[in-house]
Amino acid sequence: MSSPAQSLAASLVQSVDWLAIAPPTLAAVVGLVVLVADLFVAEHRKTLLGWTSVAGLAAATLLLLPLRDGDRSTFCLTGDATACSYTADRFTLVIQFLVLGGALLAALLSVTALKDARKELPEGEYWFLLLSSAAGAALLPASRDLATLIVALEVASLPAFALVGLRHGDRKSSEAALKFFLSSVTATAVSLMGISFVYASTGTLYLTQVADRIQNVDGQLHTLAQTGVVLTLVGFAFKTAAVPFHFWVPDTYVGAPLPIAAYLSVIGKTVGFSGLILVTVVALPSYADVWGPALAALAALTMTVGNVGALRQQATRAYSAVRLLAWSSVGQAGYLLVPIAAAAYSGDAEKSIGSTVAYALMYGAVNLGAFAVAALVGRTRSLNRVSDYRGLYASSPVSALLLAFFLLCLAGLPPGIIGLFAKVTVFSAAVDAGLGWLAVIMAVNVVIALFYYLQWTALLFRAPEGEPEKHRVPAPLTAAIALTGVLGIALSGAPQLVLRFTDTALF
Amino acid sequence: MIDINESVMQFLLAFVVVGPLLGAVAALLPAPPGLKGKSPEQAVLRHGVTVTGAVLIAAIVLALGFDHDQPSRMQASTDISWIPALDVRIHLGIDGISLPLLVLTALLTFLCALYSYFKLPEGPAPKAFVALLLVLESGTLATFAVLDLLLFFLAFEMVLIPMYFLIARWGGEGRSRAAWRFILYTLLGSVVMLLGLLLIGLKAGTFDMMALATDNGRSLTTSVQVIAVLAIGIGLAVKTPMWPLHSWLPDAHTAAPTVGSVLLAGVLLKMGTYGFVRILLPIAPDGFRTFAPYLAALAVVGIIYGSLACLALAKQGAKGDLKRLIAYSSVGHMGFVLLGIATMTPTGVNGALFANIAHGLITGLLFFLVGALKDRTGTTDLDTLAEETGAALYGKAPRLGGLLAFAAVASLGLPGLAGFWGEMLALFGAFQPAAGLSRPAFLTFMAIGAFGTLLTAAYLLVVVRRVCMGALPQDAPRLTDVRGYEFAAWTPLVVLTVVAGLWPKALLGLSNPAVQQFLAGGTR
Repeated sequence: MSSPAQSLAASLVQSVDWLAIAPPTLAAVVGLVVLVADLFVAEHRKTLLGWTSVAGLAAATLLLLPLRDGDRSTFCLTGDATACSYTADRFTLVIQFLVLGGALLAALLSVTALKDARKELPEGEYWFLLLSSAAGAALLPASRDLATLIVALEVASLPAFALVGLRHGDRKSSEAALKFFLSSVTATAVSLMGISFVYASTGTLYLTQVADRIQNVDGQLHTLAQTGVVLTLVGFAFKTAAVPFHFWVPDTYVGAPLPIAAYLSVIGKTVGFSGLILVTVVALPSYADVWGPALAALAALTMTVGNVGALRQQATRAYSAVRLLAWSSVGQAGYLLVPIAAAAYSGDAEKSIGSTVAYALMYGAVNLGAFAVAALVGRTRSLNRVSDYRGLYASSPVSALLLAFFLLCLAGLPPGIIGLFAKVTVFSAAVDAGLGWLAVIMAVNVVIALFYYLQWTALLFRAPEGEPEKHRVPAPLTAAIALTGVLGIALSGAPQLVLRFTDTALF
Repeated sequence: MIDINESVMQFLLAFVVVGPLLGAVAALLPAPPGLKGKSPEQAVLRHGVTVTGAVLIAAIVLALGFDHDQPSRMQASTDISWIPALDVRIHLGIDGISLPLLVLTALLTFLCALYSYFKLPEGPAPKAFVALLLVLESGTLATFAVLDLLLFFLAFEMVLIPMYFLIARWGGEGRSRAAWRFILYTLLGSVVMLLGLLLIGLKAGTFDMMALATDNGRSLTTSVQVIAVLAIGIGLAVKTPMWPLHSWLPDAHTAAPTVGSVLLAGVLLKMGTYGFVRILLPIAPDGFRTFAPYLAALAVVGIIYGSLACLALAKQGAKGDLKRLIAYSSVGHMGFVLLGIATMTPTGVNGALFANIAHGLITGLLFFLVGALKDRTGTTDLDTLAEETGAALYGKAPRLGGLLAFAAVASLGLPGLAGFWGEMLALFGAFQPAAGLSRPAFLTFMAIGAFGTLLTAAYLLVVVRRVCMGALPQDAPRLTDVRGYEFAAWTPLVVLTVVAGLWPKALLGLSNPAVQQFLAGGTR
């Protein structure tokens, strides 16, 4: 082969840093392996698939360890080494840890759920979908160009629609999936349109280049660029379940198998807000005056609507526990948005983003913990009403104490110290950025939220109606509850473990 | 008084804060062999007495080891970094302002634990009761011992959940509503307070109270100080409580079990006033000066309002509840404390701190006595108790009647008892407020406050007449007089009330140097 051709090939072929992309890749590969293996594994050994997936997710999480310096990027332009499609910086690693760890916990819940469902859920497909969605969600924070971002977003969401509707012959389940699907696809279409506008006005898809070039857009294209920014944001706001794109949440959570609801409540939100952070802070810092106020208003609306919705849940209605968690997760999404909005106003955007990351880590651990206990209770009380939790302390004291702890963490009151300090960082981001009004709205919301969290907590310790029944807790559930419990308690003792992201460089 | 190694003092202070927390965890675990006692209930209640007793001893040793020649210096201080990201440090220390409150808290909690050992409030298992009591103690002690704004907030919030459950689970009629009101009011106040604390911390660049107090507000602009004082002040005023933010208090006190009322009135309210003195006065003096006249005005409204409410409740046929009456009297008494603080003078602030302690002792005793009365007669309703002529407690249970009369007289501020000095000094401070505050306004407040003392005397005397006096019918059943354990729980309060009344220097000598120091602007 002649040498000019060789050099041309060298300039087109990007070098791939396999270690950097290993975590999402491994999750995807294990997903495929499980799907294929499903065909060959005998019916009575299907649980193997579940444990393979759990092991795969654990291995993917561990693969983050060698990357922890946070200085790798790959798929870079051969001409311009700063424009890369995949970057494994600190931000990426933390979010990947949250996503893969969260998926691992959701998988642990699923092992029991699938066993209890007794063949109503197809195991191979279930695990494949869960792992591919997790792979997409892990890819998203690493992507540094708009095309990869959208692809990752879709890889994360499309399997989720299927997972929600997976319960065969369940009308509520398929209805929820359809609702989720239609609204999500609309949002994706809208943000694709936005991205095409941004591309049209800047001529590049790489986030860092967009950030540079959008400042000197031709005057004629100014409106186009602005519209593009707004439309792009809409898509990601949907994934975060920000108001007014939240209406799908309660029905979807109730219709989905419980582990999937848990998965969506943490990983779905993470996908949304990490995408938002990339688009706003990395790609469009010069448009802070557009997205800053928009996100602040969105945050205020989201937390208020979410908390009021949770407040209105009746304890005796069917599935009210899951409904309450669904609405409360909308409220929590509002708190997550506050520091992103503050990043528009403060001099140090990374510090604000750090608050969101720290809050998300806390939220991920304790919310999955709450769902794990809900899964435990749901095994005997299939309606999973809040009133079913009455007297839980009498039948299983440890899980009742842990649920109380998780709920108080979500409320942000001691003994949930980590919840309190996570809220403090969010407040301090808002106050630091001069968003006093938003901080006050959030303060009122914290009080509203306390009402329903504490009401539930108080119920756990009431005298039970009838004899408390003892049940054996399956090992995977125990593991999930113990893991989240240990995490929550360790973080309460040493909040620095997550709060340090508020004063280190993330990008 | 006695020379104790500084590191021992540090350990003692840390133990006082953390000890109850460890005790609370231990209370939830099954009793180890050898400590099982007669029954699990008895074992856990005894555990409560032991832990609070140990904490009380530690607090007393701290008070003895405290260098009384330099009460304005922070002593036994520990300063460890905890959350560098938020600049939160575990900074503990005591000076002449916090030491009396620390000892008062340890004492009252111990007495409550002792009282509950013999007389468990009606409700679910005592295990949780003891654990909650200990968490409550830890939170209160931490509030008085920490020197970091965010840690102060954490400690301030720590008491909410235990107090909520104490009221909601072991309380009397209307407890659920009362508990909700208590926690929602205080939480709303304290999140607003958090915003103010963050504002100060972010603008001044540190959350350390000592550094901020030394700085004396010099690195904060006046507008920041005004906003911060408003936000923090609201949070503290809800807790204190200041009229018109007091409406959670009567319900909470009435519904809470005896022990809960004692701690609520005795120490929890002090967290609010302590915050005013420890945070607002030294850290944001300019902002505080702006609001001082309003604070004083609301304080005197509280004094008059509290007394009038009490008078109305004490009237015959008003179906007044004794617990509710004492709760309203707390609103009046805390009004004096706030008035003293608002004068921004050493006299006024010292008076406020003195009145704080005195109120803790006297009102704690009053709630104990009313609780005992309820055990014996089954009611705290004044009309049911007194019927037509009066309850004649002097005849039915002379010692109980005598103690009730003593507590009432101490509460109305009889010279020679603890209630007198604080209120007198607070009024005296208002006579000559700090420079920059309108003297005519404060003279008016003083006059109204002085009138309030007359009203206070009036309703307390009415209560004494209706409950203690009266004709004793021949066939009236005698009530059990004061029992042994009740004597044990109440005697310390009675003795301290008399001591503080006769020897005010013991307390004022502690608080005065510290108050002088920060009113003079940081370190002298």
